[in-house]
Amino acid sequence: MTVITPRHTKVLSGDGNRGDSVDLNHDDDLEHGHHAGPSGILKWLTSTDHKVIGISYTVTALVFFLIAGLMAEVIRVQLSAPDLHLVTQHQFDELFTMHGSLMIYLFAGPIAFGGLANYFVPLQVGAPDMAFPRLNALSYWLYLSGSLIMVSGFLAEGGAADFGWVGYAPLSNGVNSPGLGPDLWILALLLTGFSAIFTGVNIVTTVFYLRAPGMSMWRVPIFTWNMVVVGLLILIAFPVLTAALVMLFADRHFGTHIYDATHGGVPLLWQNLFWFWGHPEVYILVLPFFGILTEIIPVFSRKPLFGYKGMVFATITIAGLSTGVWAHHMFTTGAVLLPYFSLVSYLIAVPTGIKFFNWIGTMWRGSIKFDAPMLYMMGFMIVFLLGGLTGVMLASPPIDFATHDTYYVVAHFHNVIFAFALFGGLGGIHYWFPKATGRMLRETPAKIGFWFLFVGVWGMILPWYWLGLKGMPRRIATYTPNMDYGTANLIVTLSSFLIVISVALFVANVIVSLMKPVLAGDNPWDGHTLEWYTSSPPPSHNFTKLPRIRSERPVWDINHPDHRTLVGHGKNLKDPSAAS
Amino acid sequence: MIKAKAVKLDGKFIQNIKLVGKKLVFFAVAPVFLTSCQVPSFFAYKGSTTQAQAEYKLYTGFNLAAMIVGIFVWALILWSIFRYRRRKGDESMPAQFHEHRFIEFLYTIIPLITVLVLFYFTVITENQVDAVSTTPNVRVTIVAFQWGWEFKYMNSSGNSVIATVYGNDGGGNFSTSTVPVAYLPVGETVTVTLESLDVVHGFYVPEFNFSRYAQPGHINTFDLNIVNAGYYPGRCTQFCGVYHTEMQFGIKAVSPQKFESWLKSHSSAPTK
Repeated sequence: MTVITPRHTKVLSGDGNRGDSVDLNHDDDLEHGHHAGPSGILKWLTSTDHKVIGISYTVTALVFFLIAGLMAEVIRVQLSAPDLHLVTQHQFDELFTMHGSLMIYLFAGPIAFGGLANYFVPLQVGAPDMAFPRLNALSYWLYLSGSLIMVSGFLAEGGAADFGWVGYAPLSNGVNSPGLGPDLWILALLLTGFSAIFTGVNIVTTVFYLRAPGMSMWRVPIFTWNMVVVGLLILIAFPVLTAALVMLFADRHFGTHIYDATHGGVPLLWQNLFWFWGHPEVYILVLPFFGILTEIIPVFSRKPLFGYKGMVFATITIAGLSTGVWAHHMFTTGAVLLPYFSLVSYLIAVPTGIKFFNWIGTMWRGSIKFDAPMLYMMGFMIVFLLGGLTGVMLASPPIDFATHDTYYVVAHFHNVIFAFALFGGLGGIHYWFPKATGRMLRETPAKIGFWFLFVGVWGMILPWYWLGLKGMPRRIATYTPNMDYGTANLIVTLSSFLIVISVALFVANVIVSLMKPVLAGDNPWDGHTLEWYTSSPPPSHNFTKLPRIRSERPVWDINHPDHRTLVGHGKNLKDPSAAS
Repeated sequence: MIKAKAVKLDGKFIQNIKLVGKKLVFFAVAPVFLTSCQVPSFFAYKGSTTQAQAEYKLYTGFNLAAMIVGIFVWALILWSIFRYRRRKGDESMPAQFHEHRFIEFLYTIIPLITVLVLFYFTVITENQVDAVSTTPNVRVTIVAFQWGWEFKYMNSSGNSVIATVYGNDGGGNFSTSTVPVAYLPVGETVTVTLESLDVVHGFYVPEFNFSRYAQPGHINTFDLNIVNAGYYPGRCTQFCGVYHTEMQFGIKAVSPQKFESWLKSHSSAPTK
C-alpha cells in the first residue's frame, strides 16, 4: 500500500509554529497530476480520495437505510391491528431479518465509520488523505458488493435469510434453514466485515501517523478520538464475527458439527462469539455519533468542550468495558455468570453519565444557537437518556428475565438507535453537509422534520415499552384480539409514519439544496476544528495552508484571538492581551 | 487578567449549580414521597409466583431510581436549553471555562455509587429468583420443540414420567384447542427442567415475570412457587422458525388437591 506522507511536515520544521498559519509547500506536479484524474462517473468508480469514498459510503448507507425503513413499514402495517395477514409468516420472518441486518450491518455502522469518519477524520487531523487510500477504496467496494449480495437474497429460491439478524445456531444451520438465502447472508457479512476491518486499520493509522504538526493526541478533536477507539474496537470485534460465520458456513456445507449439539457441538458457542462481536458493535455504532454530538455542542454554544480529557477517558473506558459485557444478551440462557456480566454492564453507565454531564457542562452558561444541527443534538440527548436508563434496568438479570425477547427490549434498542442514528446521523449530516458540498441545507424543512421525528420516536418507543411489559414477544407475525395489543400497536404504526415524513423532508431538503444552492462559505457555523479551515468542499489534498495548532480548537483560536483557548492552565499563554 | 476572570466566574458557576441542584432534587424526590404509600407499578405485572414478586419489587425500585436520575438530567438539559439560548442580537462572548475538577469528580463518583447499590439489590433478588429447591413438591420436565411443548410430570426423585401433556404436532395445524395446558399446584414448590429437541426456544410466562431459554445441549433448571390460582398464558419468545408465533401454552394453577386429582386422571394414560 502507498502511504501518503503529509507533505507539509518539512515546511513546518522551521518557524512554522510561531505564525498564525502556515502555507503548505505545494508540489505543482502532484497537484497537476491529481487534477488530471478522471471526472464524472469514472471519478466515483476509480477514486481513492477519502472525500469521494466518504460520500459514496454515506449515500450507499442512506439508500440501504431507506430500503430497510420500507421493510419496517411493511412490518408495522402488518402489526397495526390483530390478525392482519398482509404478508405470510415466512415473508414476515424474511422482512424482520433483513430489516435488522440492513440497518445494523449496512447502515448504522458504515454511515459512521465508512461515511462520516472517512470524510472528516483526515480533515480534522489536518491530513491530505487516509493513510492507505487504495485500501480505503477496497473497503468501499467490498462493502458495496457485500451489501448487494445481502439484498440479492430476496431473489434466491426459498427467499432471503429468515432466522433473525442474530442468526442463532442451530436455527441457522443447514438442516433448519437450508437454501441459498442464508448462504448469501453469511457471504455478505464476511465481505462487509472485512470492509469494516480495513476501514478500522485505516482510521487508526491515519490518526496515529498523519496528524498535522502541533496536533498532539490531546489536541485531537473528540469525533476523531472516538473514531480511533471505534477503529480499535473494530479490530478486536469483527475478526470474531468473521470466524463465527466461517464456522457456521462449515457447519452448513462441509459437514462439521461445531454448533450441532446432537454430534457433540456447542450451539451456545455461536451466541458467545456473536455477542462478543455484538456488544462492542453496539459501541462501534454509537461512539461516532457521541463524537458528532461532542463536536456540535461546543460550536453552537460558543464555548470549549467541558471536560475534554474526561471525555476521552470516558470513551476509552466505555470501549474497554464493552469487550466484557457480551453475555448480558444471554442472561436467559442459564449458562453465563450473571453477577459478573451484570456488574460490568452497570459500570458502563458511569462513563456514559460523565459524557452527559460534560455535554451539559458545555452548554452551561453558553450562548446556544439552535440551528438544525444543534436542535437534532438536543433530540439525541433527550431521547437517548431514556434508552440509557432502560439499559441499566436490562443489565439486571431478574428484570431481564421478565423482559427478554419482548417488545421492552425492542423498545430499548430502537430507543438508543433512533437517538444516535436518526437524531445524531441527520444532525451530523446537517452540520457537515455545507463542508462536503459547499451548500447549506434549508433550515425550515430541517426544523419541521425534527419535530415530526421527535414526536414519531416517542410515539413508537413508549407504546413498545408498555407492550413489552404486557408480554408481547418480539418477532411474532401477528397476534389475536384477546391479547389487547391492538391499540398500542396502532399508535406505534401511526407514529412510524411521522418518521417517514421526517425522512422524506430530509431527502427533499437535500435534493432542493443541491439543485438551488445557497452557498455556505468555508465556516458557516463558526466551527472549531480543522475541517472548517479549508474551503467547502475541500481541495483534492484538503489543505493549502494550516493554522497554528495550540489546542483542540485551532480554528476558533485563530478566529477569536481575544478568547483563544488557554493552554496548559494558562501558564504558557504567550498572549499579548494577557500581559497588558 | 483572563485567568482571574475565569476563577471568579467559576465561583458563580458553582453557586448557580447548587441553587439549580436544590430545586431539581426537590422536584425529583417530591413525587417519590408523594407516592411512597402507593408505589406505582410502572405498568409491570405484580407477579404470580414468589420469584415474580421479588422481581417486581426490584423492578419498581429500579424505576424509582431511574425516575430520579432521569428527571434530574432531563431538567438540567432543558434548563440549559431555555436559560442559555442565544437571544436575538446578543453577540456577547460566553465565559470560556472548560473544566471543574470537583464537579467532574462528583459526577463520576455518584453514578459509580449508584450502580453499585443497584448491583447489590440485583444480586439479592437474583439469588431469590434463581434458587432451586432440593426437595420440591413437584418436578416437571418441559420439552420445547418446533413448534410445541411437552410437559412431563416426574416422580419425586425425578427419574420417571408419571403424566404427560403434549401439544402441537409441528404440522402447522394450530388453534387455541391445540395449545397445551399444564396444571401446576398453588403454594407448592415446582422445579422445572427445561430442554429443547431442536433449536433455541424461550419459555416465557408474562405474569411469572420470567423467561428462560430451552436449548439443545444445555439443560436449565428453575423453581416456580405460584401464589395465585388462575390461568396464565405463556409462549415461546425466542424466534424458532416459521410457526414461532403459534408456539403457545398455558399454565393452569390450581389447589394442591385439585392438582393431585388432575395428575391421577392423566397418569393412567400418558398419551403422546
